[in-house]
Order: sequence, then C-alpha cells, then structure tokens
Amino acid sequence: MLRQLFSFNGGVKPDPNKGASTREPIARLPLPPQLIIPLHQHIGGTPRPLVKAGDRVLHGQRIGAADGNVSSAVHAPTSGTVVAVEPRLMPHASGLSAMAVVIEPDGLDLRVEREPFDWHAATPGEVRDHLRDAGVVGLGGAVFPSHLKLSAGKAGSTDTLVINGAECEPFITCDDMLMRSEPLDILRGAQVMKTLLAAKQVLVGIEDNKPEAAAALKAAAAELGDPALDIVVVPTRYPAGGAKQLIRVLTGIEVPHGQRSTDYGVQCFNVATALAVWNALERGEPLTRRIVTVAGNVERPRNFDVAIGTPIGFVFEHAGLKPDTDKLIMGGPMMGVPLPGVEAPVVKATNCLLASSPALFPPPEPEMPCIRCGECARACPADLQPFELYWHSRSRNFGRAQEYHLFDCIECGCCAYVCPSHIPLVDYYRYAKSEIWARERDKDAADSARERFEFRNWRAEREKEEKAARLAARSAAKPVAKTAEVADTATSPADAQAATPAVTDPKKALIEAAMARARAQKEAAAAKNTDALTPDQQAQVDAAEARRKRAADLVAEKQAATAGETATVSPDAPAPSPAEPGDGAR
Amino acid sequence: MYNSPYLRQNTSVRRVMGTVMVAMLPAITVQVWLFGPALIAQLAIASLTALACEAVMLGLRGRPVAPALTDLSALVTAWLIAVCLPPLLPWWATVLGTSFALIIGKHLYGGLGQNPFNPAMLAYALLIVSFPALMSQWPGLQSADAATQFGWVFGGERVVDGMTGATPLDALRTGLLTGGDVGAVMQSPAFGHVAGAGWEWVALAWAAGGLLLLALRIITWHIPVAFIGAMALVSAIGWLIDPTQFASPAFHLLAGGTLMGAFFIATDPVSGATTPRGKLVFAAGIALIAWLIRAFGAYPDGIAFAVLLMNICVPLIDMKTQPPVFGHKKGDAP
Repeated sequence: MLRQLFSFNGGVKPDPNKGASTREPIARLPLPPQLIIPLHQHIGGTPRPLVKAGDRVLHGQRIGAADGNVSSAVHAPTSGTVVAVEPRLMPHASGLSAMAVVIEPDGLDLRVEREPFDWHAATPGEVRDHLRDAGVVGLGGAVFPSHLKLSAGKAGSTDTLVINGAECEPFITCDDMLMRSEPLDILRGAQVMKTLLAAKQVLVGIEDNKPEAAAALKAAAAELGDPALDIVVVPTRYPAGGAKQLIRVLTGIEVPHGQRSTDYGVQCFNVATALAVWNALERGEPLTRRIVTVAGNVERPRNFDVAIGTPIGFVFEHAGLKPDTDKLIMGGPMMGVPLPGVEAPVVKATNCLLASSPALFPPPEPEMPCIRCGECARACPADLQPFELYWHSRSRNFGRAQEYHLFDCIECGCCAYVCPSHIPLVDYYRYAKSEIWARERDKDAADSARERFEFRNWRAEREKEEKAARLAARSAAKPVAKTAEVADTATSPADAQAATPAVTDPKKALIEAAMARARAQKEAAAAKNTDALTPDQQAQVDAAEARRKRAADLVAEKQAATAGETATVSPDAPAPSPAEPGDGAR
Repeated sequence: MYNSPYLRQNTSVRRVMGTVMVAMLPAITVQVWLFGPALIAQLAIASLTALACEAVMLGLRGRPVAPALTDLSALVTAWLIAVCLPPLLPWWATVLGTSFALIIGKHLYGGLGQNPFNPAMLAYALLIVSFPALMSQWPGLQSADAATQFGWVFGGERVVDGMTGATPLDALRTGLLTGGDVGAVMQSPAFGHVAGAGWEWVALAWAAGGLLLLALRIITWHIPVAFIGAMALVSAIGWLIDPTQFASPAFHLLAGGTLMGAFFIATDPVSGATTPRGKLVFAAGIALIAWLIRAFGAYPDGIAFAVLLMNICVPLIDMKTQPPVFGHKKGDAP
C-alpha cells in the first residue's frame, strides 16, 4: 500500500555506521557478579525500595514500587541476595550518584510465578496499573512511563498509533535487530496499545536503511492479518526517529513543544516498548532486560540482551574495548551522554554503549566566530534559528533566547553537526536552559518567601486590628478617662482609626494621642540626626537621651501594669514607640 | 571534555571562504582577459594589506592570530574589494580602502561575524566618495600592455585620455545628463550588445561563479533571485514608462555590479539578512535602492550604497521575518 508521506524541514545525513553491529544476531549477555539496579530509571517519581540489604530476591520480583502514578516499578532481573541499597554512580553526564539496589546473583535464576494478565477482561485502568507495576517505560531513550501514554486523548479515541522503528541515530541498531528477531510480538504489543488507545490505525515507521527489519515486520503483519497495521518505510534522515519528526513524516501533523500528541489524535511508542507491553501482559514478565547496541571502538560490535543493572564495564568486556578508547558514551554519537565511569549500570534508557576514540570521533576543532551562514537554521528539524539562540545564550540574554523558542529545541545536534565554525551549539542551549530553570527555581523560592512575608504582615495587621477593635469596644463601655490608656496600647494611628468605626468619642481621643506620638517621634528622629557635635550640644543630647530612657522605663512599667487586662501584643508587631515626656496622652 | 554531538560534518569557515574565492575565479579571469593584468596587482595589494591589517588588529585585540589569519575571511574581503575597484587605481588608494574595510569595518566592530556593514562595500563607498575621478577611470578593452598598466598602479605617469574610458553606467549617466536619450547614448563604442562592451561577459562570469556557490550550498537561492527579480522589475517599470530616459532591464542586469552584487556581495551572511523571507526583503531592497541611485542619483552605480543602507535594516528585517517554528505554524492547532 502506498501512503503519502510528509517531511520535516532540516535534518542531516551522517554516515549511519550500522553495518558492524548487525552482522551477528543478538547475544544474551551472562550475568555479572553484581547487578546495580537504580530505583529511578524513568521520568517521574523515584520508586520506594521494597527490599533491604540481606534480603533474598527472585527473578522478576518487584524491588521498587512506583511512587504515585507518574512513576514506574523496578524489578530484580535474576534471583540472588540484596547486598546493599545505597547511592551508586549513575550513567549520567553529571557523575552523580542515586539510590540503587545492589544484587549479587545466586546463579539459580529462580523466578517468581509468572502470571499472564488477562488484559481483555481488565478495565483500561487496571491494565495501566499492571504496566506501571511491570516497570514498562519508553525504551527509545526518553523512558517516560508507558502506562501514562496509553489513554485516549480529549476526543476519547486516537486516530493513529505510531510505532517508532526509525532508529535514526548512527551506530544504534538495537531496534533494528529487535524488529528482525521479534516482529510478531512487537506487532502484538502494538495491537494491545491500539486497543487501549482506541486507535484507528497503527503505523510502524522504519527508515529505509533497515530493509531486513521492514521485511520481517511486513511478514509478521501479513501473518496477523490486521488491516489497521501498516509498516511504513520512511526516508533515512536524522532525526526522523524523533517522536515529533516521525509523527510529522507519517501523518503530516506537527505536535508543538509542550503539548500532548494525543490531543492531536496521535500517540507514539518505540518498538521495544511495544514488545515490553506484550511481555508484561501476555507473559507476565516485568521489564528487567533490554537490547543494548555495543559499537564504536570495540573489537566485536554487537547487540546484547542485557540484564538491567549490569555494570557498563562488564558489557564492554564482552565486546572487547580497544586500548585507544578515550571516552564511553551512552546513546548515539548525536545525542549520547558521556559516561562518568564503567561502574555505572545499564538502565532502561541504555539503547547503545558507544566507545569513542580520537580517530572515530575526533575532538572538535577550535571554536571560531559565528559567521551567521545559516547552515544551522537549514539543518534544524524544529525550524529554529539556532545561531540566534546561540547569540542570545552566549550573551546570557535568556529572555530573548526564550522568545526565539529555546525550549522547542530537541537538542538533536544537527546544528552543531553542520556548523562550519565548530561551535558547540547544543552546549550553549543546554547551558541557557539550565540557567533559565535555575532562575525559575530561584524566582519560585523568592515568590514563596515573599508570599510568606506578606502573609505574616497581613496576619500581624489583622491581629492588631482585632485587638484594637476589642479594646475600643471595651473602652466605649468604660468612662472617657480611660481612653488615654487605650491610646497607649494601640500601636499605630492607622490601627487606632480602623479599630473604632462605631464609637466617636474614644476615636477622637485615639487620633489625638496618635498624632501627638507622631510629632514626638519626628522630633526624636530629628534630634538624633546630628553629626559633629559641640560639647554643649553633646550635653544637651545626653540630657535628652537620659529623659528618653526615663520615659522608656516609664512606658515599660506602664505596659507591665496593663499587660493583664490587654491582649498580648503580637511579637511581630512593631513595638510601641517610646513616648517623650510631655506626651499628650499622659 | 566535550558533549554531543560527537559527529561533525567535514566543514569549516576556511572551506566556506575558500569556496567563495574559487567561485570568484571565473569573473577575475574574464576581467583580466578583457581589461588587462592590472587587476592581478590590485588583488595582490589588497590581499597583503588585508592580511597585515588582520594580523595587527588581532594582535592589538589580544586574540589568537593564526586561526583567524588562516580562515581566509580577510582574503575574501580583499578580493571582493579588488574586483570592484578600477584596475588602474593607484596602489595607495587600494591600501587605504582595504585597511579601512578591515580595521574600521571589521575589527572595530568585533572582528569576524560581528560587522554590521559589508566591509568590501564600505571600502568602495569610501573610495568613490573620496576619489570620484580616480574611481571612474576604467581601462578600455585591451588598452595597454602589462608594463604600462602596472606602471599606473604603482605610481607611474597617468595619461588619462588614451587609456581609460567610462564604465557603461557612467557613460549612460553622462550621456543622459547632457541631453541624449538612451538609444543614442548606447550607440557609443563603450556599449556592447545589451550593456557595456566586455562588461556583459564579466557579469555572466559572476553569475557562473554564483551558480557554483548555489550548487555547493554556500548560498541559498533567496538573495540572488530576489535581487535579480527586483532589479528586473523596477528597471522594467522605468523602461516601460520612458525608454528614452531609462535603460532596459537587460542593461541593468548585465551592467555594473548587479550580478556580482546578487551572488557575491548581498549574500555576505554576516552583514545580510538570515531568515528566508528576510533575505528576499533584504535583496529586493538593495536592488530597488541601487536602481534608484542609478536612475536618479549622483553616482553611476548604487550597489555599494544600497547594500550599506540595507545592512542597517538587517536587525529589523530579521526580527520581523522569523520563520514559524515546528508545531507553531498556521493551521496546526488541534
């Protein structure tokens, strides 16, 4: 069947380099002496550990429970003993550690009872919960919990389910080999997804440099005989395997940044995710293994079926790391992250382990000035103006960078790939994005601090008003002579005014008292603002200070005396100003 | 430590600039063939001056000299200046123009990539404003032997009448000012089939080089197409209104700096517009202003001034012509 294809602007055509790792079939990697299974391997909440050091675990046993719905479970890939639940080095450029369950396999590989899930009988909600608890997340690299993506959009149904087998990044072949070896189960998983999403059609997109995979899937589709399934071969152009780019190519729809594709009637999953869904439902197997391409500067490039948690160094040992390797990369050469060490484990996001050598990926030439040639804009699949983003990021003009849609950048690396000035453009965008996030965090913190402060002030005001109102109400019932005392306990003219809306006589007295205090304060302030005093003046000032002190003592006494009958002054409220002798109220 | 992407296309500023220089060779060859070898001397003078200015300015600015000196950008500027100038211009004028372009036009603005004005057009504008007489003395076709030509450039005695003639644009302008009409003026020997004698071939050689740049993806189609299209359009309007006072579109396209400007000057990425629509506006603006200067202005050719004027508008043009981003195009809403 011929299908009209669309295209996205930009993109690049680097050498695919996929031949070396597809010569041999997928090999099952033996278990390492120790498995390091990070609890947090997906977008969303960090799972709660369900095991502790010393526990025995079985293959398929849940060792981390999803923390809320935006999370996913993690499982033991074999039986053995938990030796630690502690922070371990993560396969992330930051080199940071995170909580991981460390398991020593016992070699018996005892399984928990596998219970196929009768998804036909279950409600969609139950199916999603099951997938969450089976740890199924997007295996294309984004590791977004799959169950969250398996409900229909606003319209209640989905037009198109896109299954992503494009695998556009050079060197990576794990999806290619998986499509060749498990085409039927991939499509069965896609059919489950189709049912959950109430999708009308399923389009499997494969780049035209993977004819074997496309043929295998076409044969499997013919076997299943589902007319909704369509295997579509798309032109090879990086990043055709980006979810948004593939959706564009297959359906013509452009899903903007920050919006759900389901609202546009489309949803997209990786081929390996479709298989993981099928395994979780039909076989009761949680996600504990994945296919990892090992390529680059290794003796035996190949795809391995790896237990999640296997240390990266162990994987490379089996592929034979060449001695001139200068760097290890997780992912492909366009978007991969440099690995901080070989102790870091394979995680659900690990599609490729790439060994780099100076010959394979030469260090970039020195950065030259941007000549605004616009090559980057022509290569950008998001239709951005990368050089403008670069200028604004470089000059720390982050507001302008956002106006030029910095956050629509998918960091695919096409701009830096084509830049004749060898500018590490993506690094500038990463920097600008993290700066903006940091500023937003700071701003949020400042905002909440200000809100707290304003609330505290408001509360103090309210307490003062309430107190003044109570006092005024009481004083209205007492003889007028008492009003002076009331004035003394009121803390500001505004309070005094606001406090007694109904009572005229005490209010007048309050106002007078307050005005007198204000005058006195003004005088006191003026007297203090004196520099370079003559001895005479100094003597006067000292005398005044002494008077003030006496007056303050007096006030303190008075307050102590009245404390019993007046409400407690809020500790936050400004203290009553010390009255000068001759204060009208006294 | 560096981050992804680890793969990079085999490209560099040097490669881009080198390609531009190669693409200039057809026009340089034709110009030398028609007007004599003095142009080679001008190219050498401009190149040496540019490299010297670049090195001194980089040194003064405390920047690494070697990488910038070898990126060929100064040589491209120098060559573009040299081919614009009358080949018999005295050496000191070429030195003055080139150093002005490099020092004031490029480095005082921050060096490569930072200059708002096209440096070659700055040099041309400076020289034509300062030395209008010298700048109008173009050698006639095969007018002198190499020794005489080099003698002129390096300070030999200048015998104006015998050897130089006005450019076609200059001749046309003078002819029209002295009361002739286009048809009569163009009977003079300075003119060829449609434009200046010989000049037509120079223009076509520029177009050939430009097509090479297009084929190698150094430039996009937007600027040449908009430039040539707009020049054809405005000159056709003038010509249709009064063919005795306004030259034909064919003349305007093949005379002066039209084709060189369309493919090599307006396409300077640093000082030009960068968005696809912005490039169209930018190039059409240059063509319009250039034609207005040719038809009504005080100078025979207006490409240089038109380019400089439109350079000023580039930030605005770019800002107002940002292309829609993926997913934000019209009709994309769900």
